[in-house]
Amino acid sequence: MRHLLSPLDFSVDELDRLMELAGDIEAHPDKYKEACKGKKLATLFYEPSTRTRLSFEAAMLNLGGSVLGFSSADSSSAAKGESVSDTIRVISCYADICAMRHPKEGAPMVAAMKSGIPVINAGDGGHQHPTQTLTDLLTIRSLKGRLSGMTVGLCGDLKFGRTVHSLIEALVRYPDIRFVLISPEELRVPSYIRENVLDAHQIPYEEVRDLETAMPSLDILYMTRVQKERFFSEDEYIRMKDCYILDRAKLKTAKSDMCILHPLPRVNEISVEVDDDPRAAYFPQAQYGVYIRMALILTLLEITV
Amino acid sequence: MLNIGGLKDGIVLDHIQAGKSMDIYKYLKLDKLDCQVAIIKNARSNKMGRKDILKIEGGLDVVDLDVLGYIDCNITVNIIKEEKIVEKKVVRLPGKLTNIIKCKNPRCITSIEQELPHVFLLADEENQVYRCAYCEEKHK
Repeated sequence: MRHLLSPLDFSVDELDRLMELAGDIEAHPDKYKEACKGKKLATLFYEPSTRTRLSFEAAMLNLGGSVLGFSSADSSSAAKGESVSDTIRVISCYADICAMRHPKEGAPMVAAMKSGIPVINAGDGGHQHPTQTLTDLLTIRSLKGRLSGMTVGLCGDLKFGRTVHSLIEALVRYPDIRFVLISPEELRVPSYIRENVLDAHQIPYEEVRDLETAMPSLDILYMTRVQKERFFSEDEYIRMKDCYILDRAKLKTAKSDMCILHPLPRVNEISVEVDDDPRAAYFPQAQYGVYIRMALILTLLEITV
Repeated sequence: MLNIGGLKDGIVLDHIQAGKSMDIYKYLKLDKLDCQVAIIKNARSNKMGRKDILKIEGGLDVVDLDVLGYIDCNITVNIIKEEKIVEKKVVRLPGKLTNIIKCKNPRCITSIEQELPHVFLLADEENQVYRCAYCEEKHK
């Protein structure tokens, strides 16, 4: 039985197969509409996330399966003090696969250690968010036609932004990738990503503060939101939240085929005037998220169509 | 020179960095054992200038070599039988530490899941960096 806890749980070949399956699902959705008939997905969301949870639920429903679960810790047995280990052992009796989001880092790993069903990490604190990474990879591959030979700019909260950490870990496995890490000093990429991932793979990268200077070299611009829930102090959050706002003026020096990605939801870091720009790919990205989650559910349940 | 009685059967931990013997005493939980333990602090050493030594009566099973490797991988472990050194054990930096150090990341699942063992994995041998197996935070 396999789980998905980190984007590195799948090899590059396995990721290729997963993305090919997602591509086939996109092209022939009818072929898969009963693939998971009789199967149940449990969505165990200990912190609110409408988008990711609904994306998982849409994926399972598109496959003809059904869903059950909770969408906040208050409405789960965690409010009564039940451990993650106990919860997953019980849920294993009710469902065939589960997607877990938890504010504590490493919680899905603990679940996987005790689970009788495949566990998908749907985000654990500021640590990992592998299905967002799969979504990002599929979006880039579908829109650019490749996952190699690119300069990828990551902008905003690179410290607590788990989507950023997971995306870096996934992209370093492809040839000729370069990163430009754009953030304020306080929200730099954590040391373990710099040391264990970027330095360990000898990936060229630069850390800069200014988005406009970095813009002309970028093939991908990945914007992130400064997340209020990751800060212990309100003052610190307020000081950081308006660091980077992408608007039409800032895009003037960008390449004509650059892709703008964002894990969503956005607050104000991408101005709405950018939405009509052909480079804006963050809404199609949400659609790719459903296709890749469908492919992931099929793969972890070992269902072939 | 202070004289400490010989050890018939047991373990001598030699070349402990001066001042570290009480840390080792604590990590090995020697206070919980009934056996005799001699703690020698600041002994003269040609190699180190000053060193600490621990003499522990009993078998090797009382000593967790992984703990020793984590605290100081330069420690020499001498196994004594019938008052003679019969074996010298090499201490290595362990690949995995379980319930020896604790994760201090308040966002880590170990901060709320009470029964969970605190597991750290060696991430960088050269710089002796350990990271939490769950949240990947570096141990400081």
